[in-house]
Amino acid sequence: MRSDRGQSAPLGLKIAAACGLLFLHLPILLIFVYAFTTEEKSFVWPPPGLTTQWFAVTWNRPDVWEALSLSVRVAAISTAIALVLGTLCAAAVSRTKFFGRETISLLVILPIALPGIITGIALRSAFSLADIPFSFWTIVLGHATFCVVVVYNNAVARFRRTSGSMIEASMDLGADGFQTFRHVMLPNIATALLAGGMLAFALSFDEVIVTTFTAGQQQTVPIWMLEELIRPRQRPVTNVVAMVVVLVTLLPILFAYYLTRDGDQIAGSGK
Amino acid sequence: MSVDVTMPRATAPAILPGSGGMRGTLSDLFWRRPQLLLLLMLLPPVLWLGIVYIGSLFALLAQSFFSIDEYSGLINRQFTLKTYGDLLQAANLDIILRTVTMAALVTLASAIVAFPIAYYAARYARGRWKALFYLGVMLPLWSSYLVKIYAWKLILAKEGILTWLFAKLHLLWILDAWLSLPVVGGNSLSVSFTGTFIVFVYVWLPFMILPVQAALERVPGNLVEASSDLGASPGQTFRNVLFPLALPGIVAGSIFTFSLTLGDYIIPQIIGTSRLFIGQAVYSQQGTAGNIPLAAAFTVVPIIIMGFYLWGAKRMGAFDAL
Repeated sequence: MRSDRGQSAPLGLKIAAACGLLFLHLPILLIFVYAFTTEEKSFVWPPPGLTTQWFAVTWNRPDVWEALSLSVRVAAISTAIALVLGTLCAAAVSRTKFFGRETISLLVILPIALPGIITGIALRSAFSLADIPFSFWTIVLGHATFCVVVVYNNAVARFRRTSGSMIEASMDLGADGFQTFRHVMLPNIATALLAGGMLAFALSFDEVIVTTFTAGQQQTVPIWMLEELIRPRQRPVTNVVAMVVVLVTLLPILFAYYLTRDGDQIAGSGK
Repeated sequence: MSVDVTMPRATAPAILPGSGGMRGTLSDLFWRRPQLLLLLMLLPPVLWLGIVYIGSLFALLAQSFFSIDEYSGLINRQFTLKTYGDLLQAANLDIILRTVTMAALVTLASAIVAFPIAYYAARYARGRWKALFYLGVMLPLWSSYLVKIYAWKLILAKEGILTWLFAKLHLLWILDAWLSLPVVGGNSLSVSFTGTFIVFVYVWLPFMILPVQAALERVPGNLVEASSDLGASPGQTFRNVLFPLALPGIVAGSIFTFSLTLGDYIIPQIIGTSRLFIGQAVYSQQGTAGNIPLAAAFTVVPIIIMGFYLWGAKRMGAFDAL
């Protein structure tokens, strides 16, 4: 029969899939090459020479450090808020059925389902109506709002896989609600929360659209980059920062993948 | 609120004596009254999202019914539909039409590029390769949006890689011919709609691959084999079996590619011409022009378009493929 002709993919499909993956990855790898180029003024290819001097130049730029510090602080606080709100929401939605449950799932997803510019300008117009001046906290307010969904998604998936009978067993053995949470639930959902937190951190660290509307004069790393893209001052420094940004966001993502990859081996999932 | 828990609610005296102390009392209280626990769990996230997010959306909507005084530049806080009338001016309609066309083209191209990757990952990749494919889509999806745009600036710039590549292949005349075309061309790829289009497709592509892959994974392999055993050519199998079954996934992916293109203003600002997209119009109206009502009215456009889009997608069963 025709279907017996082997289970390997047709050559055309293999090539198309490989080209697609290359298309996704080559541009990012390119950033790494440009971080070492000796050409200062333009984007000339191939690089006329390679040097590591731009790392030293970047290291000595105070504006880069200020932007980095602001980004890390915003991402850390937003992630912390998102972890609390997202976990509470996931716990409520996954354990019980109640009126309005679907509405709440929608409410959590909406801030990233609608284009970022809508979230951004909505927050900005609310700030202006309420006379709230721009500050560190206005950025956090926006970031935490769309980070909730990442934690929520990870936590809800894990809650659904964790067996309810373990909680009942814990209660039957005399543990109170807090002990059950501390010794039974928390160890089970910990890696999912860590993964969600990592992704929320990466999301916040990278966010530019909502931030442009809520930051005022402050510069996070993406805002700094955007500024450099529109009005370039020293291109090689931008190249180096871009490479660092890739590394800072990729490592948490790889780690998050590693944490959630063995999802089937969660205790109680084999019920 | 009606609560459905597995244990019967204990209205009769508990069998066990109550645990002592504040913690024990609370714990017992939550066990007897699960609604109270549920309420306490839901209160913080619902308050946060309700006040910060939904509140802001209403503030935005309210602003779109204000108008701007053309002489003083101050915002007149009185209900009017004048701002929506401004939206219908030829220049503004032009912006909306341009954005929707771009979003549609980007969606179509993403679906075409995504399909082979999704199909290979769903049907042929196993074990280590499957993980590699998954990471191969997830890493670009999560890596920095601005860095990706920046990388493309390097590629598309006049002195960048693409020009170099075309020159090496002695095909520069093709590039020049394309750039001399009226709407899609320009001085270089990085200041043309072609460039904008490529970057949009690149940046949103992973959002299309994942749902299409999810949809294809649900297609049983023997369905494809049966089709080919019954004499269908690969093309016929694709048209009559695979494509209809993958369609909900494509529609689900198109929700992202379409919506994200409608709202984006960074990509067309960095790589593109001076002709505006909706996002750029919103940004410049609220920033330099100081016309927040018109900016607000502009944002209502993608919300309404996406409302209809989601309604249509739901009817096609795309939400089950998300």
